[in-house]
Amino acid sequence: MAYVAIADQEHELHDPHSFVTKYIWSQDHKVIAIQYSVTAIVMGLFGMGLSMLMRLQLAYPDTFSFITPNAYYQHVTMHGMIMVIYLLTALFLGGFGNYLIPLMCGARDMVFPFMNMLSYWMYLLSVFLLMTSYFVPGGPTGAGWTLYPPQSILPGTPGFDWGIIMMLASLAVFIIAFTMGGLNYITTVLQARCRGMTLMRMPLSVWGIFVATIVGLLAFPALFVSAVMVGLDRLVGTSFFMPAILSAGQNLDYQGGSPLLFQHLFWFFGHPEVYIVALPVFGIVSDLLSCHARKNIFGYRMMVWAIVAIAALSFVVWAHHMFVSGMNPYFGFFFATTTLIIAIPTAIKVYNWVLTLWRGNIRYTVPMLFAIGFIFTFTNGGLTGLFLGNVTVDLPLSDTYFVVAHFHMVMGVSPVLVLFGAVYHWFPKITGKMFNENLARWHFWLTLLGTYAVYLPMHYIGILGVPRRYYATLGASFIPDSVQTVNVNITIAALTVAAAQSLFFINVIWSLMKGKPAGSNPWNATTLEWQTPDTPPKHGNWGPKLPEVYRWAYDYSVPGHSQDFIPQNEPPSSHSATASEHGRH
Amino acid sequence: MSENTAALPEGLPGVVGDWASDKQTFFVSWGKAMMWIFLLSDTFIFTCFLTGYMHVRYSTTVPWPNPSEVFALTIAGHSIPLILIAIMTFILITSSGTMAMAVNNGYRRNRGKAALFMLITALLGASFVGMQAFEWSKLILEEGIRPWGNPLGAAQFGASFFMITGFHGFHVSVGVLYLAIVAFKVWRGHYERRGYEIVEIAGLYWHFVDLVWVFIFAFFYLW
Ligand code: HEM
Ligand SMILES: [Cu+2]
Repeated sequence: MAYVAIADQEHELHDPHSFVTKYIWSQDHKVIAIQYSVTAIVMGLFGMGLSMLMRLQLAYPDTFSFITPNAYYQHVTMHGMIMVIYLLTALFLGGFGNYLIPLMCGARDMVFPFMNMLSYWMYLLSVFLLMTSYFVPGGPTGAGWTLYPPQSILPGTPGFDWGIIMMLASLAVFIIAFTMGGLNYITTVLQARCRGMTLMRMPLSVWGIFVATIVGLLAFPALFVSAVMVGLDRLVGTSFFMPAILSAGQNLDYQGGSPLLFQHLFWFFGHPEVYIVALPVFGIVSDLLSCHARKNIFGYRMMVWAIVAIAALSFVVWAHHMFVSGMNPYFGFFFATTTLIIAIPTAIKVYNWVLTLWRGNIRYTVPMLFAIGFIFTFTNGGLTGLFLGNVTVDLPLSDTYFVVAHFHMVMGVSPVLVLFGAVYHWFPKITGKMFNENLARWHFWLTLLGTYAVYLPMHYIGILGVPRRYYATLGASFIPDSVQTVNVNITIAALTVAAAQSLFFINVIWSLMKGKPAGSNPWNATTLEWQTPDTPPKHGNWGPKLPEVYRWAYDYSVPGHSQDFIPQNEPPSSHSATASEHGRH
Repeated sequence: MSENTAALPEGLPGVVGDWASDKQTFFVSWGKAMMWIFLLSDTFIFTCFLTGYMHVRYSTTVPWPNPSEVFALTIAGHSIPLILIAIMTFILITSSGTMAMAVNNGYRRNRGKAALFMLITALLGASFVGMQAFEWSKLILEEGIRPWGNPLGAAQFGASFFMITGFHGFHVSVGVLYLAIVAFKVWRGHYERRGYEIVEIAGLYWHFVDLVWVFIFAFFYLW
């Protein structure tokens, strides 16, 4: 092979020295990862604040004069979009993807560091555009995170004039940012692994992030196109999505467009999007479980293929979000079937996680607690997904709090639990300091129990028929009065969970200042990022020589070995031969 | 395969094993791999645009204008359907040929010729954009076609036309710029040490833009 990887050419590496090149205009994947993560978490806090305002309104209607119906819809919309795109997508791919891919694959950096840096700055620009929508006339859009036209661009919806434009512009910029990062992640995984790191030896975290990025590069185009078309409908007056329509008794200038087309485009992006978030989570949680149970992951190959299968299937289920919009009954049948089929690889993953724990030497460390919490919440949300996947069951439940409960369990709480688990797991590597164990445990229990107290009751009020996205439902005769009591309780739980998150930030700040030095491998993990010569890893990650890999990532508790783990880069000769040593694992 | 990995199995698992192999999955440079992946993503963008166009064309309630009449040019008193588009398509396809010559010359290290052919390609691309501008102005000024409506029929005709050809024209313009920059650097000898794969990478993009045009041509002008 004539081509020499840049990672192998020493002279290509320039150590940045000044503060600015090191921390601000940095091209180092670790710094970019931290920039992405911090920005995403700030956005997440903002989104959480909005959700508190919504909960206050629902529990105590007619109490807060500053939460008008318009403001409520704006909060709903911004909360949803921020959490899905600007927090979870940015954090798992931009944050963890950037940090973990080069370290876990044994590369010095991403393949195109400059483009990687641009990716972060474009992301920051998209955040900036999103936030400016609070300062344009009419405020941010209140169309719901799905942004369905015609309502999203017609008078009556808050922010129909300028807010929606800022939202669309921000999404387009985000997609460009994601593409620049994503091309890097995929190329790095495919082309820049260290010697011995075959694809089938990669940790599942990398697999999850890698496949999620591919899904993203194929799904975001649909969002981009729908954003362009809505933008044209709104600004230029085209009628892609706009049928002839009467507004306030007046005939508008639109004619002959198709609102359903938007829904198809949006959900062709929207459903894969949930797996863009879920797949990295699946991967990371697999590594947390295996490491903290001191046991190899159960069915590694099956886990990889399940990730790939879920990714492929996620492109053919989108219309299960549109059962109520109406479609040919055969299509309903088709999409219900594919939706239920996707549960098979998903269930395989859940079984394998549980079987990984089975007879493991489980250590109830903080990351482990979060990982186990994830298994519960994810199973819960996955099961309600099976209900909603059936057309006849979905029709009455769609657009109720049942759906809200479903997707918060499955893509709200579960990823956030893994997010915290992952931060606690890698915090010692990223900062070189250990976090405060007690604070972290309090944080876990308050978050897990609190979120259950928030979302479990929502299933019940959803079955009662309480619609989602309503400013107030008082006076609707089909809603029993007890719903109000439930709402108050949910709000109290929600406020508690929100307050509990301060424990996390206190912990981070405390640990940065006073945490014990962590050492290079506090969890005795096998994967490469724990084997770096320095902690935190320096620019270029590996010192003068790239690591070499001799085994898969899950050699825990190998019989006949002195330690209960064997790092991936430990050569076979350095200890007695064991069963796990045949090369292809 | 390196000494760190065992021999590959036969048959289908061997294929998987090959792809999963040590260090690199595809034996191409990073830049080329990245361009391929980008083009895959871009394909999805154009596919979404074209399916969106087909959907509105089916669902609109007003008849669709007849493209061979709209896109006809009157030359010497005769109305010739699609003549301008035929010329534009011919130019773009020719430019793919000159691009291939540039790649070939690059690999043979004829740096002057490579730069020259790239420049020709860029000029052909620029003339394509120029003719597109002519086409647009004719449709807007003479036929009265606007994105929001037109006298000939469905409003979605103008909307889809300007959006899709505009997006494609944008791709061509970016390509012209990209080719010009690379051609300049090739001519300056910037890649003498690293090799001329960059020419091929730029070529990939250019061929892609060409291929997309063939689809736009088929679905918009011939249908
Ligand atoms: C067993 C797997 C799953 C099935 C069968 C399933 C099924 C469904 C169905 C049918 C709906 C539409 C409900 C309606 O609007 O009436 C829905 C909504 C939703 N699901 Fe799932 N789902 C599954 C897993 C997931 C996962 C893993 C995620 C995210 C990580 C997720 C996120 C969402 C979201 C965000 C919505 C609501 C979108 C909205 O209308 O705003 N689902 N799910
Ligand atoms: Cu879905």
